[in-house]
Amino acid sequence: MSPVDLAGYAAGALRGHRLRTGLSVLGVGIGVASVILLTSLGEGARRYVTGEFATLGSNLLIIIPGKTETQGMAPLVSTAPHDLTREDAAALLQRVPQIRRVAPIAVGTAAATAGSRSREVTVIGATHEILDIRHLKMASGRFLPPDLPDASVCVLGARVQRELFPDQNPLGRWIRIGDWRFRVIGVIEPRGTSIGMDLDEVVEIPVGTALRVFNRSGLFRVLAEVGSHSDLGTVKQSVIDVLRERHAGQEDVTLLTQDSVLETFNQILGVLTAALAGIAAISLGVAGLGIMNVMLVTVSERGREIGLLKALGATHRQVLVVFLVEAAILSTAGGCLGLLGGLGSGRVLEHLYPDFPVQAPHWAIVAALIVSCSVGLLFGILPARRAARLNPVQALMRRKA
Amino acid sequence: MIELSGIERIYEVGASPVRALKGVNLTIHRGDYVSIMGPSGSGKSTLLHILGCLDRPTAGSYRLDGRETADLPEVELSRVRGHQIGFVFQFFHLVPRLTASRNIELPMVFAGVPVDERRERAGRALEVVGLTARADHRPDQLSGGEQQRVAIARAIVMDPSVLLADEPTGNLDSRSGGEIVQLIEGMNARGLTLIVVTHDPVIGGRARRWVRLADGNVVEDKVPDESPARPVGPLKAS
Repeated sequence: MSPVDLAGYAAGALRGHRLRTGLSVLGVGIGVASVILLTSLGEGARRYVTGEFATLGSNLLIIIPGKTETQGMAPLVSTAPHDLTREDAAALLQRVPQIRRVAPIAVGTAAATAGSRSREVTVIGATHEILDIRHLKMASGRFLPPDLPDASVCVLGARVQRELFPDQNPLGRWIRIGDWRFRVIGVIEPRGTSIGMDLDEVVEIPVGTALRVFNRSGLFRVLAEVGSHSDLGTVKQSVIDVLRERHAGQEDVTLLTQDSVLETFNQILGVLTAALAGIAAISLGVAGLGIMNVMLVTVSERGREIGLLKALGATHRQVLVVFLVEAAILSTAGGCLGLLGGLGSGRVLEHLYPDFPVQAPHWAIVAALIVSCSVGLLFGILPARRAARLNPVQALMRRKA
Repeated sequence: MIELSGIERIYEVGASPVRALKGVNLTIHRGDYVSIMGPSGSGKSTLLHILGCLDRPTAGSYRLDGRETADLPEVELSRVRGHQIGFVFQFFHLVPRLTASRNIELPMVFAGVPVDERRERAGRALEVVGLTARADHRPDQLSGGEQQRVAIARAIVMDPSVLLADEPTGNLDSRSGGEIVQLIEGMNARGLTLIVVTHDPVIGGRARRWVRLADGNVVEDKVPDESPARPVGPLKAS
């Protein structure tokens, strides 16, 4: 029996029960669509997070004051970490040759006021270097000047600008942050959230000024940009050496690289995606049971036909294959339907939430199709064997069509 | 050539076994025209199923064209059914969703005959039964007599050596029944062994050899003295 004959015969039989066929196809379709949609969401989350990190650049070393490490005994002498200072940052740039740029950062929150308008903002104390390190772009004006760490100037995030100076040009105007006055010299291009900090809602001021405004002696952190990604390992050690020397022999900083953070997020979100795929696979399994049910009904209904096929010379194997192919057609058609449905609703989501990348991973698409086809074969085996084993004499004796 | 010797068939129904055939001996020569008659429960259907290799005897030997079938594997039995035996059933047994010509092609599909040859042979078989014009009609668009003629075309399309007809006129009016009987008798005239199972004496009486079964035994096996007249035309309703 040629494949064409098989497919033709099975398809003809399925056409005879349009509603039943349609419902089984729909069942598999829903299963496959949910696999694709859920893995798309998981994959989207992964891409979103890793994309956020990638905007920071992969050759960035983040230096955080304090050592996050459990130690054995309560120390007799206080080990309160030394502040991480601007001088530390300068020393790093000077003494570690692979470091291209450093950006000392101080952070605080304060009320920003312009005329009668006021709102709470995150104030970032930074230097000119942050512009390149964070790949920021100016919408208007200029960024913090390179050589004036204590100037009373500020750069506004897009939303801060919108809310403090609606429909006005803020350049050259003054705003008040706490008790201090700053002249607006630039506005950053809108960009949205980056690692939990909405850069549209910040005001950036020179780092020295920031330390005075918030009355702090230490930095929030220092970003160091390394010439090449492959140098990160050696640079880490050099940084620790330099800072230990400057901090009276204590190793009291924590170094983070993009890689370690990214790796962790990648793993977590990868597992999440797999878990979502697993949940969706349950519905595919249920759809498989649906196919089995329909095929069992079909086999018992078409007993006479099966008896006839045997009388006409069909072998055990041929009858088995005829019914397996029917089940496979059901589930594969469902797989294609679900693929279209899943990708289609992915598109709709993409349209509704343009910021969130919804994209079905290629492995999920391939797997959904393969799995749907095998679901048909797997759950088709029992009914097909029942058909093949039917006693032709008893099958032919059935009077019902 | 069919040779049955000591054929027994015992069904396990509930606690007590039912002996449907109790040692049947029968030899049917190629080109013969045999009717198997008997009341219901006499074992004639069981005998038909064994002759058609749809069922295996519990004991005894069945040689078809010189080959023992009783111990053939299932696959070989399917081949025998497909190539050497043609079935005509009381209820026609056409696949309702297939056209007349596709129904006739079915045995060739399972035998792996290429499409072109299938079309051609189905066309010729339709011509033999005089239904060329109905080739693309589905069974529900055909009369009972026409359906049975399609079934006959399907039975002969593999060019078998034996045609087994199980109450071939049982579901037809006497006029179409007569036409069907004439059709299969015409095939017998061209050398096909014809075995008709019936409880209708009018149909059975037309055969050249009468085998009568009762209670699982052959109780009569005779060649009637006078060559039976073959009236052309309607038969008495069964």
